[in-house]
Amino acid sequence: MSEEQHFILDGRRIPFEDGQTIMEAARAAGVYIPHLCFNPEFAPHGSCRVCLVKVNGRVQASCTLPAAAGQTVLSDIEELREIRRGILQMLFVEGNHVCPACEKSGACQLQAVAYYVGMLAPHYTHFYPRRPVDASHPDVLIDFNRCILCELCVRASRDVDGKNVFAVQGRGISAHLVINTPAGKLGATDFSVEDKAAQVCPTGAILIKHQGYGIPIGQRLYDRKPINVVGDVAQASESQGGRRHD
Amino acid sequence: MTEPRLKVATCSLAGCFGCHMSLLDLDERLFDLAERVDLDRSPLTDVKELGECDVGIIEGGVCNVENVHTLMEFRARCKVLIAMGACALNGGIPAMRNQFVLKDCLEESYLRGIGLVNPQIPNDPEIPLLLNRVHPIHEVVKIDYFLPGCPPSADTIWTFVSQLLSGQPITLPYTQIHYD
Repeated sequence: MSEEQHFILDGRRIPFEDGQTIMEAARAAGVYIPHLCFNPEFAPHGSCRVCLVKVNGRVQASCTLPAAAGQTVLSDIEELREIRRGILQMLFVEGNHVCPACEKSGACQLQAVAYYVGMLAPHYTHFYPRRPVDASHPDVLIDFNRCILCELCVRASRDVDGKNVFAVQGRGISAHLVINTPAGKLGATDFSVEDKAAQVCPTGAILIKHQGYGIPIGQRLYDRKPINVVGDVAQASESQGGRRHD
Repeated sequence: MTEPRLKVATCSLAGCFGCHMSLLDLDERLFDLAERVDLDRSPLTDVKELGECDVGIIEGGVCNVENVHTLMEFRARCKVLIAMGACALNGGIPAMRNQFVLKDCLEESYLRGIGLVNPQIPNDPEIPLLLNRVHPIHEVVKIDYFLPGCPPSADTIWTFVSQLLSGQPITLPYTQIHYD
């Protein structure tokens, strides 16, 4: 037992295996580190930066940093909560996240993580970007206003579904999600509601049609308990109010 | 010992008065509140002129010139200014018009609407001019406290007001923080 490799996370001893990231080891030990673009079923992306932790004094993304013996990791500290709040606030003002008008509200990971890090208001100046809604597919709607560029749909569609449906185009502030068809419409692709890519979106950017507002307010995924207790939308089943097909 | 009474003003800018309805949902707790608070300008009192106040509570974002003036007056006369509800915090539903050019919005409503008789865009000088975009109020004045929700529930408002009046730091329980 004393031979087991471990690192220290917020004063707690976390064992790890070779090749595991700090995030994976923490998850295996039941410790929640807030995240948006990370999903345990996919190779880490390291883009949202919400999972930042302080490793031996240096701030790094826990989803991409390999665990190593001798690391002293801090996660649940006010300094990082403040950075995470700032990231969440930037994500909120960069898109159009109108929670009262979104059917994913209450079962939205962006919202739940924002609650978790204590975000009360968006603080920054809103961009109010003009982005389209794509309702061309019979079963699935894409609302680009809510996309946070986590690339989970890109990864799921490419790596699991073996399809060529989504991509992120442009750089920096011009980066945006596109559909790989000449007209950029989902309806012209072989995307299916059964695809893995339909079950991973952490926001309301990808919506399954004909099932909105099925769960009443007060009983939705994150209405009563926070995300560190409930878990991610992609891991919760549809009957619980999550995204995973039953 | 009687605690000092606080003067409170409230208003609804580009909102739906839903947050004020939620305030009224305090029900019997309104009696407790009345022990501590005198209402100045508010839709609940119909006082038109804003006096010097301890606390100002703003519902709604700013969508027109009058909203901006009212908001700046509240900031100037209230020691503590509170943004209440989604519209005040991020523009909310009214800000969904930011997806469109203002001219298109006006034409859609007043020129192309179904069943219009003598269609024209209203331009009476008494009607406040609309801003090109709807903005949350923190983009115009400094805000001291934010109270999210569409609307914030009466319980949320009560927790907030109780803590504010007793001088405690504001800490809302998980179930009382929501953006919808």
